[in-house]
Amino acid sequence: MPIHEKSLIRPENLQTHDELVLDGVDVSGHWSTFIQSRVVTDYNEALEDEIAGLPGGEYIHRCWQCGSCTNSCTVNAINPDFNPRFWIYLIRMGMEDELLRDKDIIWQCVSCNKCTYACPRDVVPEGVMKATAHWLELKGHRPKSPSILFDEVFSEQVFATGKIEEGRTLRGFFKRSGQPLMQDWLVEMVKRMIRHLPLKLLTAMGLANLVRPRTRGWGPARAAIEEYVHEQEAKQRQALGLDELVKAAERNVTARNIADAAE
Amino acid sequence: MKDKYQKVAYYPGCALEGTGHAYNRSTKAVGRELGLDLVEVKNWNCCGAMEVKNIDPKLQTYLSSRVMSIAVNEMGFDTVMAPCNGCYHNLKKAEYDLATDEDSAAVVDRLSTKAGHATYQAGDIETIHALDWIMHSIGEDGIRDRLKNSLQGVKVANYYGCMYTRPRHIFPEKDQGNGSESTSEPHFMDDLLAAAGAEIVDYPLKTACCGGAHTLSDCDTSTKLVINLLRAAEAAGADVIATECPTCHSGLEMHQIRAEKRYDIKTSVKILYFTQLLGLALGLKPKKLGIHENISDAMEFVKERRLG
Repeated sequence: MPIHEKSLIRPENLQTHDELVLDGVDVSGHWSTFIQSRVVTDYNEALEDEIAGLPGGEYIHRCWQCGSCTNSCTVNAINPDFNPRFWIYLIRMGMEDELLRDKDIIWQCVSCNKCTYACPRDVVPEGVMKATAHWLELKGHRPKSPSILFDEVFSEQVFATGKIEEGRTLRGFFKRSGQPLMQDWLVEMVKRMIRHLPLKLLTAMGLANLVRPRTRGWGPARAAIEEYVHEQEAKQRQALGLDELVKAAERNVTARNIADAAE
Repeated sequence: MKDKYQKVAYYPGCALEGTGHAYNRSTKAVGRELGLDLVEVKNWNCCGAMEVKNIDPKLQTYLSSRVMSIAVNEMGFDTVMAPCNGCYHNLKKAEYDLATDEDSAAVVDRLSTKAGHATYQAGDIETIHALDWIMHSIGEDGIRDRLKNSLQGVKVANYYGCMYTRPRHIFPEKDQGNGSESTSEPHFMDDLLAAAGAEIVDYPLKTACCGGAHTLSDCDTSTKLVINLLRAAEAAGADVIATECPTCHSGLEMHQIRAEKRYDIKTSVKILYFTQLLGLALGLKPKKLGIHENISDAMEFVKERRLG
């Protein structure tokens, strides 16, 4: 069965009849389940280009659907719905609505690179997963995932000081993702640490909280990085046509306001 | 044996100044004991870990290139050693990208010039892992010659994780036969700890993923992956999982506790850095190796087995 027909056998597309006669033939019983026919009209022909325009998605066009990525995938082994091969197929076909059904799990790629190791076509599926997760958020299909919030908290620290301090990253992440810091397992971990960790190390950890570790002479690197980051953000907005989308939305609002005023 | 590894530039990275403190300590202690010299890279910065690449991969390349540039251009080294898999991986990845991708090289050149340091040129320095460093400068025979306290009877599962071997193309020196490291069946840690007297168990998950990239942002996935790793090690009969990455190590420690609290799954396998095990075999005291600084407490185990 071609991979895109997976969607045809979803429960909502199945029709069951207890008693059914077709062309004079009784097809009741176990023949009574039918798959509803459908016509797909809403292709997003730009989808592959949009993903390819984001970092990591550059090589998606090379895929020949061998399935090595999904077969080797760490996350697929614990959640069969996590299917890189299927998503690459949907993106290349432009089947955006189908892709959006999985919008809340695509970010869960753990970057173990088993797919990239296994891929015979150098698609770099790990990169495609990151680009797709990023695309979903840039297009407003879902809020920022915990993964990207963590990446942002972490990267902001690196850009600012050249280094990270793990305690600060952890607190920053929990704050930004709206989670309590006092999670049972973290509390348990700290309890066990305090029980046997030497006082000297605990003091050093406390000090690192107060005095941020930083790379000496980092200032110019910071300025260069920040300038580059702004440029890249603008490029990505352009690749996805986000500025045009915003302008079109603004035009619609203005037109509606004028119409409302005229009434 | 490569004499040039006797003195190398040392890039500990951020984790080794935090949760991986014991790895830093044991790496330095083992180096001293083996007569190897580590000179820390001046004013080093974070390599970008698993995170900056998701903001922009070329920025990660720049961050790693800055470390290599300082080691070669300001300190005159031809080898930089990183004990952290993340740092090691990122420096290797930067090396590959700079050698093969003009756009990456252009971005790195632009950022380096603005930041006021020499642009790193691909091929100017060799990045090695702590495993390469000990394997190629001391080797298995060298460990056997210096053995003071054999790890005999200690059953070890060696866990290498993802970043040490994948993707293959950034590690051109691996899979070359003649005792080179393998990307599908890595064995340097197995070889060194076997030389130290340990009994190496057959561990099928040696390059499986611990979910380290999402250790906080997708805890349930990480815990499930870590449970697999811990249970497989116990099923293989291991007393200890030996690690060579601070992210894997603290991931295993944290999620061992989380599995207990959230899923009521208790495992008792110990988690130690390979440098800690090696140090014990070389006769170093547990405290010198930071064994008391690990989150999972292995001091009792070390005493019980008369390892130090």
